[in-house]
Amino acid sequence: MNRLTDLTVTEAMHALNAGECSSLELTRAILERIDALEPSVLAFLTRTPELALQQAQTADEKRKELKRNGSAIPRLLGLPIAVKDVLTVEGIRCTCGSKILENFVPVHTATCVHKLQEAGVVILGKTNTDEFAMGSSTENSAYFTTRNPWDLERVPGGSSGGSAAAVAARFTPAALGTDTGGSVRQPASFCGVTGIKPTYGRVSRYGLIAYGSSLDSAGVLTRTVEDAALIFEVMAGYDPRDATTMDVPVPQIQLDSRTDLRGLRIGVPKEYFIKGIQPEVEQTVRAAIARFAEMGAEIKEVCLPHTEYALPVYYLIAPAEASANLARYDGIRFGLRVPTESNIEMFKKSRGAGFGSEVKRRIMLGTYALSAGYYDAYYGQAQKVRTLIKQDFEKVFESVDMIAAPIAPTTAFKRGVHTEDPLAMYLEDVFTLPANLAGVPGLAFCCGFDSQNMPVGMQLMGPHFKEDALFKAGHAYQQVTDWHRKSPTL
Amino acid sequence: MSLSREEVIHIAKLARLELSDNEIERYQQQLSSILEYADRLKELNTSQIPPTSSVLPARSRFRDDVPVESLPTDKLLKNAPQSEKDQFKVPPALEGPQ
Repeated sequence: MNRLTDLTVTEAMHALNAGECSSLELTRAILERIDALEPSVLAFLTRTPELALQQAQTADEKRKELKRNGSAIPRLLGLPIAVKDVLTVEGIRCTCGSKILENFVPVHTATCVHKLQEAGVVILGKTNTDEFAMGSSTENSAYFTTRNPWDLERVPGGSSGGSAAAVAARFTPAALGTDTGGSVRQPASFCGVTGIKPTYGRVSRYGLIAYGSSLDSAGVLTRTVEDAALIFEVMAGYDPRDATTMDVPVPQIQLDSRTDLRGLRIGVPKEYFIKGIQPEVEQTVRAAIARFAEMGAEIKEVCLPHTEYALPVYYLIAPAEASANLARYDGIRFGLRVPTESNIEMFKKSRGAGFGSEVKRRIMLGTYALSAGYYDAYYGQAQKVRTLIKQDFEKVFESVDMIAAPIAPTTAFKRGVHTEDPLAMYLEDVFTLPANLAGVPGLAFCCGFDSQNMPVGMQLMGPHFKEDALFKAGHAYQQVTDWHRKSPTL
Repeated sequence: MSLSREEVIHIAKLARLELSDNEIERYQQQLSSILEYADRLKELNTSQIPPTSSVLPARSRFRDDVPVESLPTDKLLKNAPQSEKDQFKVPPALEGPQ
């Protein structure tokens, strides 16, 4: 057996089920590694070691009892995981990376977390994020910037940067993330791990503290595609508490060692290989696409003509939705309150003091895009162009089964390079935003390294509710490559 | 699209955000450049295109009207900055003769 902290989800469940280790042993080994290395990675906003040990012990006792009775063992019993700090867990502080929620302790648990708890997971803590998931580097966290385990001078990506760094650093075999404009896929790419952004409406948003409600989706980061598929299957499904979840059956994803992809049609959109992309990123992704061809997939050039408009569409729609969603932080029921003489003053001062500069910028932008006189020109027009972007995907999926593309134009950048120029930071999201605008699923995984030894990721995007096809293709790729097995030296 | 200082102050008022002079100046520049970038959407003729507000077919969903337990008041009030007699306590919303 591998070192306990190196175990993937699948390997850990195998070891637990075979009695090769207990959840307590696994959890202890992980907590020790976190204790030793967290000061250099800074992946967690809140750690819950006592709770984790207690849950691990309970899981071990439950396993014994179920075995004695000959009952079925829950699929993830005793598996330690981390949770991005925008998903609520009852009783554990949830800050969203913001000072406005510094002391907020939720009274409810997000449905996707609850489903994992029902399946037996142990919770290690809450991972760092850009404030309210608005950012691409964790530099917008009000607390600190997470380091990229491959190079501590570089960012881990964002906004699920804490989760990606934790998985890469072997602090956890899996960490939940959320993806509104690329926030699972881009940090997965920057940290050399695997991540799934499910179809919009596939995983409940109940307990996902809202940013852009028509775009938000909860996903997971792991080291392998197989692991992401396993966790995804548990998280997904209709939830009466989220009216936008769809009543579509969650497939039982059967992955095997088959690497023959004959019959699979993969589209490569020319709009994703543009000027400005780091040459090594393009070469690496193209080499990976060639690998898919060697496995028998048919590769076709396709056209998503409105791709260039995804960025302005997203940066009008997401801030507009955010400006409405974040109106709830008014200092009344929860969160920071700056004491004042009148109500209106309390709103202004509490929000002015509690929100960081990127959140304020997006609230301002969204408020403007929705305001009288500008609604049609900005928000209305963005919604119409969103239709064109969605139609681009529908059209392409008539002739191919999935799309292969880079995730970000560059590998992980150094801390501080984009902090003064919000537009330059937004450009990092150019390849991930379209999937959110169209609501399609995206699977991110590592497909090589650049000359600085930084991971390069690629994504497969498929039609609505076709995550299983993405997992099958991604898993086949990981059967013939070993990029996902590489780990940073810490 | 260039925003004036007054427009920035007006948006901040709508959004109930207190901004410092420094922030007003910074947002005036940054929002102007972001909106200028967004102006490229106007290149597209969308007169025949319906807007997308949700990517999936939106439909009303009904459920049986079954009473369930609500979240407990005492737990909910624990996150409140100020509370009194099972209620959230706030400064006066209306000004008037005392």
